[in-house]
Amino acid sequence: MKNWPPKEKKMPSRFKRPLGKYKIIKRASCNNCGLCVEVCPYGVYKFRGKNVFISDEYHCIGLSCNQCVEKCPEKALAVVKNPTVEALGDYRWTSDLILSTWYQAETGKPPDNMEYKIGNSGGGFDRLRFDFELEKQNLSLKEHVSTAINLNRRNDGRPQVTISVPWYGGGMSFGSVSLTTMLARARACMEWNSFTCTGEGGYPEALIPYKDHVITQVATGLFGVREETVKRARIVEFKYAQGAKPGLGGHLLGDKVTPDVARMRESVPGISLFSPFPFHSVYSVEDHKKHVDWIKEINPKALISVKVSTPVDVDMVAIGSYYAGAHIIHLDGSYGGTGAAPDIAKKNIAMPIELAIPKVHRFLLEEGIRDEIVIIASGGIRTAYDMAKAIALGADGVVTGTAELVALECTRCGNCERGRGCPRGIATTDPELSSMIELEWATQRISNLFHSWYLQLIDILRHLGMHSITELVGRTDCLFYIDKWSEHA
Amino acid sequence: MPKYHINVKITPSRFLPPGKYLLIDREEGCLGCKYCVKKLCPYDVYNKRKFDSIQLRDTIDYYCRNCLYCVEACPGGTISLVVNPAYREIGDSYWKPEIITKIWRQAETGMIPVSGAGYRGPFVGSGFDNMWTDMSEIVRPTRDGIHGREYISTDIEIGRKLSYLVFDAQGKLTSSTPPLIEIPIPMLFCLPEWGNWGRSVLFSIAKAARTLNTLFIIPFAQFTKDFYPYIDNLGISVESLEEISALPKDVKLIEIPYSLSQNLQAIKTSYPQTIVMIKIPLSPEAKQRSLTLTKNNAEVLHFYADDHGLEFAEKPRFIKDIIKDIHLSLVDEGIRDEVTILASGGIAMAEHVAKTIICGADGAILDQLLMVALECRLCKDCMQGIACPIDIENIEPDWGAQRLINLMNAWRDQLLEVLGAMGMRDVRRLRGEMGRAIFYEDVLNEAFTSIKKR
Repeated sequence: MKNWPPKEKKMPSRFKRPLGKYKIIKRASCNNCGLCVEVCPYGVYKFRGKNVFISDEYHCIGLSCNQCVEKCPEKALAVVKNPTVEALGDYRWTSDLILSTWYQAETGKPPDNMEYKIGNSGGGFDRLRFDFELEKQNLSLKEHVSTAINLNRRNDGRPQVTISVPWYGGGMSFGSVSLTTMLARARACMEWNSFTCTGEGGYPEALIPYKDHVITQVATGLFGVREETVKRARIVEFKYAQGAKPGLGGHLLGDKVTPDVARMRESVPGISLFSPFPFHSVYSVEDHKKHVDWIKEINPKALISVKVSTPVDVDMVAIGSYYAGAHIIHLDGSYGGTGAAPDIAKKNIAMPIELAIPKVHRFLLEEGIRDEIVIIASGGIRTAYDMAKAIALGADGVVTGTAELVALECTRCGNCERGRGCPRGIATTDPELSSMIELEWATQRISNLFHSWYLQLIDILRHLGMHSITELVGRTDCLFYIDKWSEHA
Repeated sequence: MPKYHINVKITPSRFLPPGKYLLIDREEGCLGCKYCVKKLCPYDVYNKRKFDSIQLRDTIDYYCRNCLYCVEACPGGTISLVVNPAYREIGDSYWKPEIITKIWRQAETGMIPVSGAGYRGPFVGSGFDNMWTDMSEIVRPTRDGIHGREYISTDIEIGRKLSYLVFDAQGKLTSSTPPLIEIPIPMLFCLPEWGNWGRSVLFSIAKAARTLNTLFIIPFAQFTKDFYPYIDNLGISVESLEEISALPKDVKLIEIPYSLSQNLQAIKTSYPQTIVMIKIPLSPEAKQRSLTLTKNNAEVLHFYADDHGLEFAEKPRFIKDIIKDIHLSLVDEGIRDEVTILASGGIAMAEHVAKTIICGADGAILDQLLMVALECRLCKDCMQGIACPIDIENIEPDWGAQRLINLMNAWRDQLLEVLGAMGMRDVRRLRGEMGRAIFYEDVLNEAFTSIKKR
């Protein structure tokens, strides 16, 4: 592929005072000598006229550098921890993970002073590590390493669809997120030769220029599912369940059903909308096959993906989907999700993705059909390392969602569903709030994050001596599990 | 049976709950911008803020939704947000601040907690936090998941059930069927082991029990004649045989301590239509006791753990694990269906009810939770004779009852979520359904079996 990989481009925060780990205190004794401007390797200080001012406080890496404080002739500077950072983040997405995702979205590469690989949940991905000692022979930088995966392994006469990176974007509907967010995701995915997904809120016309990189989702509410939207897509995704609210269906509150959303979904503004659970036309695996056949008939070129959550018998569900003719089985684990869901469901119903992937992978191997179906994992994939671990556990690729929103400066405050929606203009269709985001900015932020992920995956593969991401699938011998765990936060 | 419906009414707290974060707004450094970020707050908290002169608190921390918009957008960088130390001080290591504030919100609104952007807690934890409940991908007898919820029953029966009926040669029933109470939610009320609760608190609970049609287990010492109008929804907890003889004849349920269990037959003779519940501490002996008592015609066993759900033992096990043990041993003996098992202690979230039932209890008895719903902060100052900071003894019983009703509605709705996801239409089917639960240790070993440990 020409021009591969796409280039990163610096895209700073849209806020005046982006949150950083450290705060700098500049006392009145500063004589504007400018030594700090000179010594700071991170461009924190700048001259404004004759005066020194702190322009990019959030790039400060703190006490491990401390050059400015030590060299200031007037002792006018102090670096302290930013107390607001404590109010940011949680066990799964620590403040370091959020800040480092912002950093990657700004610069296109991983940071060197923050934990950007794991969170602090004390289980799953956070307790798995790569055993880089295993392969003594690291690949040299000259050797080509491929991250591409093929999404059609059935040999059924349907087109080969290859994505250049082992991830694509999860469904987020128009209504739950703004059109700008949707377009930015689609544009970034097109640049990286991957896909994004419409979610179940219909197919906005503005997405048509990117149609080769947009998956049409068919979900239980069937909002926006029409012949033309099915025909347009290279991949059609059936959403049976969502990891965050398995077995519960969706609910878009009336506040978020603005006139635009209502038009797209062919409903009435201000009236809340339910996506029921389950498909009322599917009560058995035979019904499921009928469903898949229906889409295959309408669009003879489309690949079929089946998105399910992770119950005890997820392995049986996966094989059922294979026999129904699906190309992709998409497992959505319980700890992820972007939209609003009952807390009890997110925490308790169905299992985390880390535990479901090996179960399904092994079962499909035993059944002898693993080579004919693609396993895609989602639900709590936050970082490039999570991706690589998911693949080593047995997935072919992953789907991301929350991380892309964090790239757009989501703080995970969790207020997506209340009132007008996201206070940062990401997950909202409120005209005033969604105008907070510009398309170019958003596209580049997501693309930069992808760039950083790509660099990290290549790096992991080189360390493991692998030429292709496909060699990593199911290689649990490359991993080890931290047996003793203590919270490091 | 008519559809069960709980009427929710917004019932604000009397005291402003401490916000999770504190907003620090330094005026110095303010650039005096024409369009101040405070005016652009998406939740309008700066306009709504006021100073509460009774609690000496700024309301902004309660309204703030932690979006950090103002913090990042203020060009002068004058605003910061920090974790509120007063928030951290609520509750204890088990009844954590986030659990308590969620109970308050549910008691206020009657709505289940909903949030966006995925789960945020630890991967697993101890106690109730090392298991998940199952879901069913397509088979759905309840249709529409939660939206077919009116068809899901949360009824349970309390009392002894016969394994079989005996008829004489003429076909006449000779077995006598023990009394049975059906309640529409698998949750009963009792008082915690500690605290000085005033009469208003007791009336709040009794009123809520009557409205919800469940049972409130009231201590005999507190049962005065003004509680008599609530008798259909009361169980009376006694300490001695003398107290039993002083009980009204139409009492529905008597709770006796384990020490009086040898008098069960005698009590049943005096109160044939009253259900007798035996209160047993969860301890290493509990399993043997449950077997012996069930074989000796016990009707209802109430197992209680401490407020953190722990057994009374040197190396305490957790309530759900002991209940599982007891349930399975009764199943092995083929007598599980004869007795009702209720459990209390450490039940602080709706999911704990579901998980206790999955591990083998028929229902849960809620204790400390009720006080939290009435705004108790678990400071336990009352135990040292210090006045209650929220003046709990002087609440309005109607206000208190509505808080409890709201909370029960939110909890029942969450139970329906779990049942709906599993494709079950009856909470009685959930009892002991461990095959439809996912236990962390089991799945971890299965999933990561080929991975080295370090």
